[in-house]
Formats: sequence, C-alpha cells, structure tokens
Amino acid sequence: MEFVWLIFLPAVAALFVPSLFRRAAGIHTGWFVLAIPLVLFGYFSTYIPRVAGGEHAVSSFDWIPSLGISFVSYLDGLSLLFTLLITGIGSLVVLYSVFYLDRKKEKLGNFYVYLLLFMTAMLGVVQSDNVISLYLFWELTSISSFLLIGYWYTRDGSRFGALKSMMITVGGGLMMLGGFVLLGIMGDTYSIRELITRLPDYAGDPLFTLAAVLLLLGAFTKSAQFPFYIWLPDAMEAPTPVSAYLHSATMVKAGLYLVARFTPIFAGSSVWIWLVCGIGLLTLFWGSFFAVKQTDLKAILAFSTVSQLGLIMSLLGAGAIAYHTDDPLFRVAMFAAIFHLVNHAVFKGSLFMIAGIVDHETGTRDIRKLGGLMSIMPISFTVAFIGGLSMAGLPPFGGFLSKELFLESMVALKHFDLFSFGTWGVLFPVIAWIASVFTFVYSFYFVFHTFAGEKKADKLPLKPHEAPIGMLISPIILAVSVVAIFFIPNVVGSWLVAPAVAAAQPQLYSLPADAAIHVAAWHGPKSVPMWLTVGVIAIGTMLFTTMKSWRPVYALQPRNLSLNAFYDGLMSFSERGMNRLSRSFMNGIIRTYLIYMFAFLSVMTIVILFAKGAFELDMDSLSPVTLFAVLNAVVALLGAAMVILSKNRISAIIALGAVGYSVALFFVLFKAPDLALTQLVIETISVALFLLAFRHLPAMKTHGETKGNKLVNAIIAGAVGLSVTLVALSAHSNKLVASISQFYKDTVQTEAGGGNIVNVILVDYRGFDTLFEIAVLSIAGIAVLGMIKLRLAGKGSDDEKK
Amino acid sequence: MMRKNNVILQTTTKVAFFIIFLFSIHIFFAGHFAPGGGFVGGLLTTGAIVLLLLAYDLETIQATLPFNFTIVIGVGLLLALGTAAGSIFFDVPFFTHAFGHFQLPLFGDTELHTAMLFDAGVYLVVVGAAITIIQSIGGDD
Repeated sequence: MEFVWLIFLPAVAALFVPSLFRRAAGIHTGWFVLAIPLVLFGYFSTYIPRVAGGEHAVSSFDWIPSLGISFVSYLDGLSLLFTLLITGIGSLVVLYSVFYLDRKKEKLGNFYVYLLLFMTAMLGVVQSDNVISLYLFWELTSISSFLLIGYWYTRDGSRFGALKSMMITVGGGLMMLGGFVLLGIMGDTYSIRELITRLPDYAGDPLFTLAAVLLLLGAFTKSAQFPFYIWLPDAMEAPTPVSAYLHSATMVKAGLYLVARFTPIFAGSSVWIWLVCGIGLLTLFWGSFFAVKQTDLKAILAFSTVSQLGLIMSLLGAGAIAYHTDDPLFRVAMFAAIFHLVNHAVFKGSLFMIAGIVDHETGTRDIRKLGGLMSIMPISFTVAFIGGLSMAGLPPFGGFLSKELFLESMVALKHFDLFSFGTWGVLFPVIAWIASVFTFVYSFYFVFHTFAGEKKADKLPLKPHEAPIGMLISPIILAVSVVAIFFIPNVVGSWLVAPAVAAAQPQLYSLPADAAIHVAAWHGPKSVPMWLTVGVIAIGTMLFTTMKSWRPVYALQPRNLSLNAFYDGLMSFSERGMNRLSRSFMNGIIRTYLIYMFAFLSVMTIVILFAKGAFELDMDSLSPVTLFAVLNAVVALLGAAMVILSKNRISAIIALGAVGYSVALFFVLFKAPDLALTQLVIETISVALFLLAFRHLPAMKTHGETKGNKLVNAIIAGAVGLSVTLVALSAHSNKLVASISQFYKDTVQTEAGGGNIVNVILVDYRGFDTLFEIAVLSIAGIAVLGMIKLRLAGKGSDDEKK
Repeated sequence: MMRKNNVILQTTTKVAFFIIFLFSIHIFFAGHFAPGGGFVGGLLTTGAIVLLLLAYDLETIQATLPFNFTIVIGVGLLLALGTAAGSIFFDVPFFTHAFGHFQLPLFGDTELHTAMLFDAGVYLVVVGAAITIIQSIGGDD
C-alpha cells in the first residue's frame, strides 16, 4: 500500500468534522475523531518489527517533478518513533478532550479540524524525506498551532499568544527554508537520504556552516530553545489538551527531530556541535531556573518543557560528538536523547492532563490558591506524583533511567578534547547538575504545592472534586507507561529507541541492534551519575524546603530587561515604525501615487535605454506616412489637448472618447481589425461608464494645484510620452531576436487549429495571460461592488473600524 | 436614474439591442478564424446592455435580465480555469487544448475546440464584471 497517503488521512477526515459536529450534535465529535489516530497508530505499529530489524519503508508520489519536489514518506527508526508518538499521544489527547471540552459550549467543529490538520502536518514533518515538502508541513504545524492557541479567540491572551508563537516559529521556519535551499544547491538534491550519501561532495563548501546555522534557527525556534522559548509560555492559552499534545509531546519536538535527522550531515561541523550542545544546556538551565518562579500550573509545565527540550537538545549535540571519536563513552548520548524524548512525551503529557483536570475541577490554575487536593483528588494526585517524580529523575520511574544516561553523557563531555572542549567541557556536567537540582525543585513544587499542604477551599472558584473517570483514563495510561518503562527499559530500548538512534547516526551503526545500550537502574556504587543523583536529591530537597526564603531572588530581574519586553518592544516598534514610514509617502491622494509610478517608470526606461545603448533608430523600415494617418494624428492630439484644457467634465469625457476613436482608426489604417474592434467597443463602453458615473463626481476643482505642480505634472507626462515613443522606435528598429510571428503563422493551423492568430494567441499561445487578466478583471469588478456596498453600509454604523 | 421618456431612443434600442447582442454572439463564435473572440464579444454584449441602461433605467434592466452578475463572473472563471485544468486529467500539461472536426447536423463539417470553452469563460467574466461595475456605480444613489 502507498502509505504516503496516510499522511493526509487526518486532513481529509477534517473535511467531514464540521458536518459531523452539526448533524450528530448528540454525540461528542471527539469520538469520531478518535478513530483516526487509533487507526494510524495501529497501522504504523505493524512496522515496528521490520524497522527494528534494520529495514526501512519508502512510499512516494511526485508532486512537482520538474523541480524535484515530491511527497516521500520514509519510515525508519526515527520517523517511526515520532509517528507512533504523534498517533499514540494523539489518541489519548483526543480521548481526554472528549471529556475536557464541553460538547454544547465549545466550537468543537473548529477544534477538531485544527487538531486533525495538525496531525497531518506533524506526520508530514517526521516522514518527509524531501526537504521542501518537509518545510511545507513544518509551516503547516505552525499554522495549526496558531489556530489552536487562538481557539478561544475572544480572549486577548489567546490572540497574543497565537500571534507570538506564529511570528517566532514561522520566522524560524523561513530561516530553515534558507538552509534547505542552500543544502539543495550544494548537494544538488532535496532528498535527505541522498544529501547524506553525497555529503563528502559538499562538506567543505563555504556555505555549509551557514546552512547549519539557518537550519538550527528553525529547530531552535520550534523547539523553544533560548532565546526563542518566549512563545511557549504564552502558548499555554490554548486548551489544555492542545498544550499536552502540541506544546509538550509533539510539535515542540519537531525541532529535536530535525536536529537528529540532520546530525549525519552536520555532525562534522564544530559550529553545529557547539550550538546544539551549548544552547541546549543553556536552555535546560534557564528553563529549570525560571520554572520555579511561575505561579500558574501550566506556566510551570511550560518552563519545564523548555528546560527538558534543552536537555534533549544538548544530548543531541553530544550525540554528534560520537562522529569524532571512537570512545564508546560518547555513544550513550544519542541513545539517551531519544530515550529521554520518549520519557518526556509520556510523563509531560500526563502532567499537562493533570493540570487541565485541576483547572477543570477547581476553576483555577494559580498554585498559590491550590493546596491539599490530595484527599479530594487521590487518583489525579497519584498520576501527578508518578509524572512529577519521573520528571525529577527519581526511581522507580522512567525519567530516572534517561536522567542517569544524560548525566553520564554530560560527564563524558569533559573527556572530549576537540573544538576547545578541553577547556570548556568541564562546564557541561556542572551546569547539567545545577539544572537537575532545579528540575527536582520545580517537580516537587508542582506536585506538592498543588496536592499537599493545607486546603484552601474558600479561595477556589469551584468546589473541588475528583475528575470524571473518562478524563482520567488518558493520564492513567500515561502514568502506567512511566512506571512500565522503568521496569522494561531494554524492551523499549531495543524496539523503539535503538532503531531511532541507528537512523540518526547511520554512518556509525549498520543495524539497530548495534545501537542498543543496556539500560540498568543500578550501576554499582562506583557509578558517577548515581552519586550525582544522590546529590540532586539532597540539595534539591534542601532548596525545596527553603523555597520561601530564596524565591525573592526572582524579583531582582527588572521587568523591562526580559526577553518578553524585548519582543514586545520589537513588535510595537515595527508596527509603528512601518506605519510611519508608509504614511510618509502614502498621502491618500491618487495624483501623488500616479506621479510616483509614472516618474519611476519613465525615468527607469529612459535611463536604461541610453545607459545600455539600447536606443536605435532604423529609418529604412518605417512605413510611409499617409495623409489619413496625419489627419488622424492631428485629431488625436487635438482631443488630448482638449482633455487637459477643458473646464468641465463632459467636454473632457467627449474629448477623451475622440482620442480613443482615433486610436481605433490607427488600428484600422495599419490593418489590425481585432484591435480596432476591441478598441472601438472599449471606447464606447468607457465613455458610457464615465457618463454613468458622471453625476457622482464632484465639481471640477484644482485640488490646490499650483503652477509648480502643473509644471512637474507636465514634465512627467512628457517623459512618459517620450519613453513610450523611444521604446516603440527601438523595439521596431532593434531586431535582436527573430520575430515570433513566423512561428504563429506556421503553427496556427496545425498546432492550434485556428485561423485568427490574434484570438489564438489570447486563448491558446498566451492563455495564461488571459486567465490572469480575467482573474484581475473579476477582482476589479467585485472590488468595485464591495467598495460601493461597504460605503453604503458604513453610512449607518462604522463596522469596518471595529 | 432619472425618469426619462425618450421615445425615439427607446424604440431604436428595442431593435438595436438585439442586433448588437446577436452580433456579439456572432463575433464570439467567429473568433477563432475571423476577427472577434470572447473578450470583444463580451464587451459588445456589455455595450448592448449599456445601451439599454441609457434608454431605460437600472430597475427595468434588473427586471429584464434577472441574473446575479457576480455569479456570472464566478461561472466564467470556473469555466476558464476548468478548461485549462481539465487537460491534466489527460496527462498533458496544464492548458493543453484539444480540437477536432465533426459532422454536425445543419452546420456540416465543424471544428470543435476546447479553446471555445475557455473563450466562453472569458466572455462570461467580461460581461459579469462589466455589468457588476455598471450596476454598482449606476445603482449607487
């Protein structure tokens, strides 16, 4: 089966969602939607054994073959892992949303259309082998994320957050497109697989590093890395199922996917390793440090997501180091990255769902108002406890294992001595450890400040109670997985993680089995990561219990020095600055615009004509001047003069008509019946139109014209006439290329099956022109209608300005 | 429009309208071999309607020709684009026309050409857009 079409299955299904929502209003639309990710998950699961055995599957169809753009679905370990995450977590999120979003109050039609659109986009991102279609899907994820964040579009915060995420991620995406195009030019292909095999041909290209940086800008903006992470906390305005799905489990991981996917290409670049490692680690620290400052449950999770994404990013950077050394110590990093990516998707998904449940059942997400919910919501507490401890990196939960691997990889970095890692490498384990301490603190802060402590029931908007069982199913499934991963890490490792690692480092491993690393919870008393974890727990507990005394440290940061303030300033500057700039030359008077256009046109034409020496006058081939032509020209000139000089409109209109008719006569004189016919009719209709509109026009006024004004107008008018005349003369005299008329004469009967070349040109040879012209004509017609109707409607109320 | 009672113009129009209109149809069909085509044909039809408008008033015309001309624009665009796009279903490049000779009753040997469909789209767009503009401007009181 051509499974490339399955990418589009959610988008096609989305077409039916609005009518399902309207027709089957008695059933929550989510139940129908649930089938899609479930079916996809089931289907793609069947690929696990094959892919784990080192095979891969390809399915493709050509989209624009002439440009080398196609939809290619390439399933290897990495894309399969992401596909399963997208469809698996997607199923759970849809199930959760059925209970989270009220069928009667919410616009479910919109919600599920966006969600399914996102699913298609995300599947496309992770399965595409062609970078151009990858880019297409990449921006589609940004757009669907924009729509989902702005789902409650009447809220200011939603619109602001949606716009912010769109600005940053689409901007990054554009940079990434630049990187793709550079790669495409250097490697002469848009296929990622071929780019990898052709790497030796272009790795030394001076633009190689630029391509790496551009690509990373795309990945960093999407995966909320420092300093671009600022959109993610504002994206929390989205409904919680969306936050759980897009903004923790899948979309924000697209950047990680991209980095992993392009590691085989860029691993040799020191810039790549430093940026991915360094920015990742900085983000890890920054996110974990500021997570403790937050008071909104979802904001804590947003910053924790930023920090965890940084963690995985730095591991991916460390994974690239494995290309420069044979030491097996460095092979842990990529495995740790993918393993932690799975763990994070699982535990963070459950935590977001719990945050949503708390919000749903208590009416607030403000952690200062929450507390003591443990006895009221025991199941939610258990899930939050499991997820939180996994996030903190404690046994017996999945997060512990990948955290150990992470610390192990970071400790290994100090043994790496290329690219001046010898000097700075020692910083990596130190920062990683500090960030782990803060991770521990915010995990405990999230769980225990919500569920433990004294009850503050009087501060809550709603009377809290345990969530309905339907809403708990998804987080429970995720929490069970968190525990399960701890006990069967090597099953997950060899079936899912190792194939993905092998796909991200194809030059290092021939078979996925080679990439598998034996994961164990206990490494013996000499294990450095274990002692680091013990340190994290000790210092973390200390910091957590003394939180009240050191949290004021966050108040030290001045408000106007934050990245958010920078973003706001940039936005308002560009808005107001651009407004001022365009107002400086757009004064609303058509005459001014015509002056710009005509002056530019004539000056450019004349200057280029003479600067390039293109002007040429060949007197021999001119046609003889007949008496008719002279008379006709005199009429046209007189008419034109009268248009300018006449004091009232009606004579100007009639004079303009005279000019038009004499032009039509010229066409007759030069034996162009088609043109003459068209010109005559056009002239008649435009005069009639003028007469129709006549009574709407105000009396002729000078509009404050001065003598100087008129002089400028006269000069520009003269220049336009001059440039048109010169171009016409040169075009006639310069025959650089043979005239196309012979081709028309030869083919009009045989190829086009017609006799009138003019008409055949219009409908066949240059059909595209005509197609676009009638499109423009339609737009003009509808615009006139719109403007007049809008103006009429606007007389009563000012709807447009609202 | 002002109330008018121009008997001569109105009587002439009643005849002239049909002459112009039929001529425009003729010119439209003649287009592929003789001067004419969808664009000029459409303009001539518009001219005929403008003549009606000058002789009578807008209400009379809207009652006589009860079409929604914005929809005429849409139909025309769809026809033109559909003709151009239809070629991709036959696995030939966009905008490839097809033509052939057929023996038709009354007409005898006639050449049928998909360019005619495209031209019909042009015709409809021109009439639709022009009349839409005229109706909006003329009807704006």
